[in-house]
Amino acid sequence: MSITVLLFSLLSVGAIISAITLITRRNPVSAAMSLIVHFFTLAGMYLTLQAQFIAIIQILVYAGAIMVLVVFVIMLLNIGKEENIHEKFNIRTTLSLGMAVLLVSQFLILFLGNPTGMNALHDNSLQIGSTQGIGTVLFTEYLFPFEAISLLLLAAIVGALYLAKRKSDT
Amino acid sequence: MSLQSIPLEYYLSLSALLFTIGAVGVLTRRNAIIIFMCIELMLNSVNLTLVSFSAFMGDSAGQMFVFFVMAVAAAEAAIGLAIILALFRVKQTVYVDEVNIMKW
Repeated sequence: MSITVLLFSLLSVGAIISAITLITRRNPVSAAMSLIVHFFTLAGMYLTLQAQFIAIIQILVYAGAIMVLVVFVIMLLNIGKEENIHEKFNIRTTLSLGMAVLLVSQFLILFLGNPTGMNALHDNSLQIGSTQGIGTVLFTEYLFPFEAISLLLLAAIVGALYLAKRKSDT
Repeated sequence: MSLQSIPLEYYLSLSALLFTIGAVGVLTRRNAIIIFMCIELMLNSVNLTLVSFSAFMGDSAGQMFVFFVMAVAAAEAAIGLAIILALFRVKQTVYVDEVNIMKW
């Protein structure tokens, strides 16, 4: 058993457990902590796919920036534990769980029943996933989307400021 | 049977499973912040699919897509949390079933 197989098994078990913890915790802070664990396991998963740049960006952007923002808002709002999450097993929960089981079994039958025949990474995968490979493609072929995304981020900053501002201050 | 490397189907199955867990979270939870985190979970599972296709097929387009998805997710986090803050200021709650003023 190679190191990649061992890493994939451990990381996938960790990712599934932390995802289930996220959707079952009543306390928003512990849900946020399990989401951070989930982001780290996914970063490890990207490393098994030889996508180093994406793995580092995953930790920096998701586990760093976005989760700090989420935890900050949870602290700011000072909300307690969610009441009656499993109080009554209502029709919505039952229906969504049933649909989820159907969807997962359909996906698994589709993916595992029809093997793609791709059992190993492509020869170029190390070169593609490196910072040099990403940067070269980003600033040549994808230059326009890169500039457009900066406009989107600017619009997000303006929108977030407008939404979070108190109306009485104007 | 001992695997020497992981086939592509395993990565696809894992990300399908994670996506469904996120979808169940969105459908069953009441707290808007936890719903928001479940949406991040779903975005991440799609990212895993894109990166695995990119690595297995030797095409950098998938990883570029993940880069842009992350930028959009950052913008979405800023806007979404600002909306939750504004909602809490008006209704004093983050539970989505107590916010039904747009329901006819």
